[in-house]
Amino acid sequence: MSIQLSGLRKSFGGKEVLRGFTLTVEDGETSAIVGPSGCGKSVLLKHLVGLLRPDAGTVFVDGQSVPELTKKELVRLRRRIGYVFQFAALFDSMTIAANIGMGLRRLPGWDRKRIASRVEECLALVDLNGLGERFPAQLSGGQRKRAGLARAIAASPKYLLYDEPTTGLDPVTTSVIDQLILRMRDELGVTALVVTHDMTSAFRVADRITLLHEGTARFTGAPAEIRTATDDVLRGFVDGDPALYYGVQQPQRGQEDGA
Amino acid sequence: MLLFPVTDHLLRPFAASGRGTLTALGSVGQAWALFTGSLRAIGDLRVWGPMLLPQMARVGVASVPIALFIATFTGIVMSLQASYTLTGTIPVYFVGTLVGKTMILELGPALTGLTLAGRVGANISAELGTMRVTEQVDALETLAYNPLAYLVVPRVLAGLVMFPFVVLLAVAMGIASGWITALELLDMSSAEFIKGLRLFFAPWDVWFAVIKSVSFGAVVTGVGCFCGLQTEQGAEGVGRSATRTVVISSMLILCLDAFWAATLL
Repeated sequence: MSIQLSGLRKSFGGKEVLRGFTLTVEDGETSAIVGPSGCGKSVLLKHLVGLLRPDAGTVFVDGQSVPELTKKELVRLRRRIGYVFQFAALFDSMTIAANIGMGLRRLPGWDRKRIASRVEECLALVDLNGLGERFPAQLSGGQRKRAGLARAIAASPKYLLYDEPTTGLDPVTTSVIDQLILRMRDELGVTALVVTHDMTSAFRVADRITLLHEGTARFTGAPAEIRTATDDVLRGFVDGDPALYYGVQQPQRGQEDGA
Repeated sequence: MLLFPVTDHLLRPFAASGRGTLTALGSVGQAWALFTGSLRAIGDLRVWGPMLLPQMARVGVASVPIALFIATFTGIVMSLQASYTLTGTIPVYFVGTLVGKTMILELGPALTGLTLAGRVGANISAELGTMRVTEQVDALETLAYNPLAYLVVPRVLAGLVMFPFVVLLAVAMGIASGWITALELLDMSSAEFIKGLRLFFAPWDVWFAVIKSVSFGAVVTGVGCFCGLQTEQGAEGVGRSATRTVVISSMLILCLDAFWAATLL
């Protein structure tokens, strides 16, 4: 089991976002976590790279308990994980090539020539050939996402975490990003966790899909199982039916927007 | 039975002051964590080393024009006001004394420090704040960088090194403009101005200005980094952090100014 979350709890300012979330992602699998915006999907991802510490529960990645790692161990673990941020989080004062090479500069045995060669490879993998000398502000939203993906895969990580990789993109660019996610799995053999609220994208890329609802894993299954499941909340989310999703409940304040 | 019924309304000020105290204590704790973390990050020379020169250029060299501009007019005003105050009572060469002493001991370091709190502190805070809200700081961590080594250490070191140079340039410019004013507008000779300038000059005064400006450099860049990294809630939060930086830095500069005068003079 390469990623294992068990009984994960996390609160912010008295509001409990995760209430005992449990999930397992097997080696080589691409798993998607779906749920409405603001339900805690990004919070969950940040626990996997030690950007957040859980209030309770366990977080294991590659057999290591993330909250218990020392700083040095955490650095070593992070080198095995690529993180694709929701809005790419590219360093805007650097060129795309410098962004992609940023992580490689920290690795032993990587000189300028080797880094430049790897940067070109990564640009080619995400179909951004020739754009290495541009700055993030000179790229479109879809290109920035692809550049973020290129940066995440530069150090050949074992795990890839995607935070809303298709948010804000048109359907064609969304499809391009989805193809890239599948390509990363097939060509690089990575284990991937994708958090998204885009069901079309989740069905396209995931081997297994989990619905995050009220801080817990409401339903987990293969895409085919999700399509035929009868759980009201799941059906409400998949079909975009608020009455079914919320039942008699109204949406909680702050759960309709923002991550 | 209580004479005055204790209601939530009456307890509100106590609750607010309690919350305020807890927030302030929390900020002190976070500032301490940033300070000790940054000290440890100094060991990560491979990360902050290449960033130091560019930051020295941004913090120091780019600040020279505004510092010189302010010092020029301060020198002019000092010279004119000294002449206005002293004429008819004290020998006019004391204009040189007043301009020199005041520029070196107080106005050079303090005015430059306050100006750079706005120019450098707000700039650092806005830059780091934007990086925080756009997850660039998180991205640094996921790429196995220590954000303190990459972002804080080079900026604070640049402030420590460059503030004294900017302040000394400002002091020199202030004295020079006061001198030219004395020659052109006050009918003083160079010999008179220099006589006054040298009258009570002590080399320690320059060291005093340097010590003050090093501490101002640490405060402006340190507060800028702290407020920037604490930024939350988008563009509004970035603006709030920049404002906080200028206010806190300015207050600390004035407190340090009094502290150094009380302890070193």
